[in-house]
Amino acid sequence: MDQPEIRRDTATLRGEDVLTALGAAVAAICLTALIYYWIAPFSGLLGFGALAFASFLALYAVLLWLDGDGPSVRDRLASAVIHSLAALLLVALVFVVTFTLVRGFSALVHPNFFTEDLRLAGPLEPLTVGGGLHALVGTLQQIGLALAITIPLSLVCALFLAEMRGGFPRFVRTVVEAMTALPSIVAGLFIYATVLLVLGFDESGFAAALAISVMMMPIMVRAADVVLRLVPGSLKEASLALGASRWRTAWHVILPTSRSGLATAVILGTARGIGETSPVLLTAGYTKALNTDPFHDPQVSLPLATFMLVKSPEPTVVARGFGTAALLLLLVLLLFLLARLVGGRSAGELTARQRRARTRQSSRDVARIERRGKGNS
Amino acid sequence: MTTTTLEAALPRERRRRIRPSGGADRAYRVVLRLAGAAVLLLMLMVGAFLFDKAATALRLAGWDFVTTQDWEPDSGNFGIAAVLTGTILIAGVAIGIAVPLATGMALYVSEYAPGRLRRVLIGLIDLMAAVPSVVYGLWGFAFLQGQVVGLARWLSTWFGWIPFLRVTGSDPRDPLATETVYTSSTFIAGIVVAMMVAPVICSIMREAFSQAPIGEREGAYALGATRWGMIRSVVLPFGRGGMIGGTMLGLGRALGETIAVYLIISPVFVIQPHILQNGANSVSALIALRYGEAGPVALSALMAAGVALFLMTLVVNFGAGIVVSRSRSGAESEA
Repeated sequence: MDQPEIRRDTATLRGEDVLTALGAAVAAICLTALIYYWIAPFSGLLGFGALAFASFLALYAVLLWLDGDGPSVRDRLASAVIHSLAALLLVALVFVVTFTLVRGFSALVHPNFFTEDLRLAGPLEPLTVGGGLHALVGTLQQIGLALAITIPLSLVCALFLAEMRGGFPRFVRTVVEAMTALPSIVAGLFIYATVLLVLGFDESGFAAALAISVMMMPIMVRAADVVLRLVPGSLKEASLALGASRWRTAWHVILPTSRSGLATAVILGTARGIGETSPVLLTAGYTKALNTDPFHDPQVSLPLATFMLVKSPEPTVVARGFGTAALLLLLVLLLFLLARLVGGRSAGELTARQRRARTRQSSRDVARIERRGKGNS
Repeated sequence: MTTTTLEAALPRERRRRIRPSGGADRAYRVVLRLAGAAVLLLMLMVGAFLFDKAATALRLAGWDFVTTQDWEPDSGNFGIAAVLTGTILIAGVAIGIAVPLATGMALYVSEYAPGRLRRVLIGLIDLMAAVPSVVYGLWGFAFLQGQVVGLARWLSTWFGWIPFLRVTGSDPRDPLATETVYTSSTFIAGIVVAMMVAPVICSIMREAFSQAPIGEREGAYALGATRWGMIRSVVLPFGRGGMIGGTMLGLGRALGETIAVYLIISPVFVIQPHILQNGANSVSALIALRYGEAGPVALSALMAAGVALFLMTLVVNFGAGIVVSRSRSGAESEA
């Protein structure tokens, strides 16, 4: 009597759903066009999009309601809303980045952009004269100095926070966490008021590097601390149980285990520091000339050059500003890819190459032990 | 019998003291403590210096510092009422736009996206969170400024009865009316800052959503829930701590943003509650605008404004930390 069971379709997307969504979309666009051009005269692409989306949701809900019950209508509506929000954010973000890259392309295609500074380039000169070399050099020197200050101090401090117990590390951690809230402009203002006004230094790349360091250090300490605390306690205990001292444990177990995580923390901190404009604005001064000495005289960096150039009314100067912004963006992209390359693996996870090396080492060990066994017997 | 002989035979085990290991280990501890103390000293110095400098201006202005809207430090008439309100308005607009977008994105990535796309999207969002703020500011300054006018006029024409959406000095029936009243507004600055903080918020929310336990998800499905039903009854309650924490962290970033805001607004020193109208201000933009011409008193006044901003972001950040660590998702990840 039993009917042979018909194979049920378990796909989540049905053909009629696609048709429903498409129909609602077409109807929404037509309805919005009707409202826009005949009933109430509005203008602007953004308004059109907003109204079209609202009417799409309403029409889609009506169409779904025709052949479904409450929960399934709500499910599909929520799915439509989530998909469109995600798509909207993604499109907007990708658009921001490509907008800068595309506008900056006209300046970046000239090779002189990478070999000249802006000393000879007046506002009316074409893009074939002058470039962003001074800003690139400034950025690299400033971030280099800042990293030379922050990396050793932050990593050792993070090790201190992760390894030591008691009230003092806890207090330091609280203060560091509080300082991650320090707005970058206030860090710049601090260096401006101390190093420039009280100590009497010039506006220079070094002062900018100090400002970037003050901003970057808490971020880096915190990120590194999180990574170090992920090292499994059993590994540390095993090392201590084998008789290693605390310092050997740190050097041979904790740091190698969290190497990729620490590298990611450092690189992402660098990406934050390299793009920061406001501390540099207060401390580095502005110059159009190449200055390779970070300790004297103003030195400009890529974000600061962007900020100064795009405020100009001259189109070629604005194009140069987009060029420096695109260069900065490419630099950040490079750092990010680097971070992906070295990081992204959790503690103790190995690359294929490391795994092969371990296998070789282990087979050598086996051979050695077997040799010894034969020698004894 | 045998036990006693054994005990007699063996020397009684003495409690061993773990000797502090050699010089290298002691040096290691000293170096760690020194680094910790150095960072602490540096951070405390920054804080103490800022508060000390700010105190001069605060003594001069007294309680008027909170209620005065003007900024004329050299004549002693200055306060943060206007700039602080402006900062909060910009951050409020930013959060109002960024949170729905970020929630949608985070839900899509953790619940809807197929495996390969999910990994790509996670990487892309993390990358967007690292994009320098000047790039966002540039986009707002060079592109968005011109595009938003239509939307702003539409909003102010049809929703002008809501007080903060009103625009004074514009006549929607006048086709030749100037459009500059709609530019350089809190609204545009807010959109740009929203683009900037949305990836940060999104990546924290996604983290929280993806930790919702698989057993409870499957339980919801087994009880006949639709996907949205499962999200509403399992994922969202579970990720609530992450949502609030991420939002507050984004708020902290939005409050402190300088360059993107500075490029867009035209500064005014009155409380400007009409977010669509030309003219806005923020504490960080004020500092960037006025630091160069500042004498000792004015500098101290700027420090006081900076400290006020710092305290605000501090409260927000610590609040975020507490919410995240108390939520269930935080407790789960700790184990």
